[in-house]
Amino acid sequence: MWKGRLAIVTILFVSLLAGLSMFTVRGASNDQLEVYSWWTGPGEEEGLAAMAKSFEGANPGVRFVNAAVSGGAGSNAKAILASRLLANDPPDSYQRHAGLELLDDVRSGKVQDLSDMYREQDWTKVFPKGLVNNLTIDGKIYAVPVNIHRANLIWYSPKALKELGLAGPPKTWAEFLQQADVIKAKGKTPLAVGPEWTQKHLMETVLLGELGADKYERLWSGGISWLSPDVTSALDVYTKVLATSDVKSAAGDWQPQLDKVFSGSAVYAVMGDWSSSYLEQSKKLAYKTDYDVAASPGTDGVYDFLSDSFTLPTGARRPDLARKWLIECGSTAGQNLFNPLKGSIPARTDADAALYHGYLEWALQQWRDPKMRIVGSLTHGVVANNAYNAEIDSALGLFVQHGDQGKFARTVEQQYRETQ
Amino acid sequence: MTVDQQDSASHVARHSSEPARPGFAPPRRKPRKQRGPRWLPGLVLVSPSLILIGVFVYGFLGWNVRVSFTNWRGLSPKYHFVGFDNYAALLRDERFRADVRNLIVFTVVFVAGAMLLGFFMAMLLDRGVRGEGFLRGVYLFPMAISFIATAIVWRWLLDNGEGQDTAGINKLLADVGLGFLRSDWHKSDSIWAISAVALPAGWALSGYVMALFLAGMRGVNETLRESARMDGASETQIFWHVVRPALRPVTFSALLIMVHISLKTFDLLYALDQGNLRIDTPSLYMWFTTFDGGFYDRGATIATVLLLGVAFVVGPYVWYSLRTERR
Repeated sequence: MWKGRLAIVTILFVSLLAGLSMFTVRGASNDQLEVYSWWTGPGEEEGLAAMAKSFEGANPGVRFVNAAVSGGAGSNAKAILASRLLANDPPDSYQRHAGLELLDDVRSGKVQDLSDMYREQDWTKVFPKGLVNNLTIDGKIYAVPVNIHRANLIWYSPKALKELGLAGPPKTWAEFLQQADVIKAKGKTPLAVGPEWTQKHLMETVLLGELGADKYERLWSGGISWLSPDVTSALDVYTKVLATSDVKSAAGDWQPQLDKVFSGSAVYAVMGDWSSSYLEQSKKLAYKTDYDVAASPGTDGVYDFLSDSFTLPTGARRPDLARKWLIECGSTAGQNLFNPLKGSIPARTDADAALYHGYLEWALQQWRDPKMRIVGSLTHGVVANNAYNAEIDSALGLFVQHGDQGKFARTVEQQYRETQ
Repeated sequence: MTVDQQDSASHVARHSSEPARPGFAPPRRKPRKQRGPRWLPGLVLVSPSLILIGVFVYGFLGWNVRVSFTNWRGLSPKYHFVGFDNYAALLRDERFRADVRNLIVFTVVFVAGAMLLGFFMAMLLDRGVRGEGFLRGVYLFPMAISFIATAIVWRWLLDNGEGQDTAGINKLLADVGLGFLRSDWHKSDSIWAISAVALPAGWALSGYVMALFLAGMRGVNETLRESARMDGASETQIFWHVVRPALRPVTFSALLIMVHISLKTFDLLYALDQGNLRIDTPSLYMWFTTFDGGFYDRGATIATVLLLGVAFVVGPYVWYSLRTERR
């Protein structure tokens, strides 16, 4: 009988221990702000830490809890965040790309309206109108942008261009295709690409260059069809551009994609401006002499942006602290702390320009140019909701394999209707 | 996955470690009065794990099947019943159909390769080589490396760049004058592209198959071999007529372990070349469509189909092992 009793006592003891440990996790200090992001890479991690330090300094006794999840350019973080949001256990503030990536959260009531904060802080005056338009969902604003990245850029080595006898980077995709013949004749790859998402990034810049900003925006809002003649001819160009690339032996990530350009086996790469801090800090290349960059063909005067932004989730434990955090995210001081370290530019047009050098100086000038047309990125979550974006991933992956462009356009057109 | 492997491994070893039953009770002690039925303490003892398995395995499994019959998309769960719509849509889904084909190709190539290689290595080690312990460790080690790390290394080994971008295995082949063997590996246009992934997968797991076979070969009673030798059988004949039949249960276990690992392979493919649909499988599609796109209905449907696939493989194994144990 002793054995039986011992077993029961053991079970009770073990369950007590298990219960206790759950209790301690729950009973953590209340004076803390949990901020969820995917900022774990070099630069961005330091930028977040600088903001956290300043937040703790301004709010004595409050602990900043960095709940960052690394990997997969945010895709791992998004999966874990989804399970927390479904369980109604949100962090106090979480990162999303500005734009329609947040649509599902808004429609499901997972985030709170911040329009009042925008009025209080006068943010609609300091953020460019094109940015505010892309942030607005169903007439309200739900996120505070910390930084701005540009997607429509083509990267190259000025020396390599000179050696090939090319006057400069192509102004249109037609010019690119002409240059591609010259480059191929010299035994080099005209354009380096990386994994599927970089091919989508390329598609977005080709569509933007060929359709122009107006039609590009109408394509995402359903104003023009994927089967219309304009889009068909833009996709023709994309197919041709892709054929000049190394898509059959595409690099495994965006860094090795750029490496091919600067090791000399390829000549151009289309990539966002996070490239500049990689090229300068990891590859020790100097702006203008070792590497240079231009707006991707046909998109001069257009700023295809993406932005990391923070939200106020419904059911945050400390909405008061979360609001303070969001105000810091939108403030000049906060943005100037974060962006020089991350290698991006502030979303605010009144931030201190003296802090931004090299490529970033040029980017900031372009961003602040009142004549600049601002449009949102597809690949980085601004102009398409998550469902539509994921369906485009599938369709594009199949298209790269079978090469049937008509089928691709029909599929995407149908998926647009099914995912709205 | 490692838990499953341990389960199956201990299963193989179980026959030899039957606990000795106490034959008699101490004579002096009075037979104690039995309170409650005999099975009760046992049930109480296992009930925590039964409850946990009931909730976290079968409960969630049932929930997943339920979700597969709904139209739940996005962050607000919806349990509106839509019948077999999701299953019908999946059958028409071009990506899913390609995924199933990929999975079948991968399973056939990987399982056959790992089994043959593992068997061959076990056979060589069984012959008695010097430093057997060392070699056993060397062959088993890749299994201790996570599939993510394996994939990162093999991403470079299976690089298919040309000219000055040549790297990895292709470069090795070119350097030893076998450049004509160059391959595009998993990036080739063939529908067999995914079979290139059997290289890293087989590299990681053939050592495990070897260990299973080696244990099986060592389990063959030496007296049987001796008597065959006395009857004038050659070593090859002994292997074929004495050792091989004794290996049938091990072969069966190894085969099923490999097949179900293959059906569940995710991390290796995820890290090897993300978004390359040539090496896409249902489990990857499930992950991306659920967490990137918010198609919880479709994700649950793929999970259910995968479960049925694994049950189709594991079911006969459970049935077979229950039958042999009863004997």
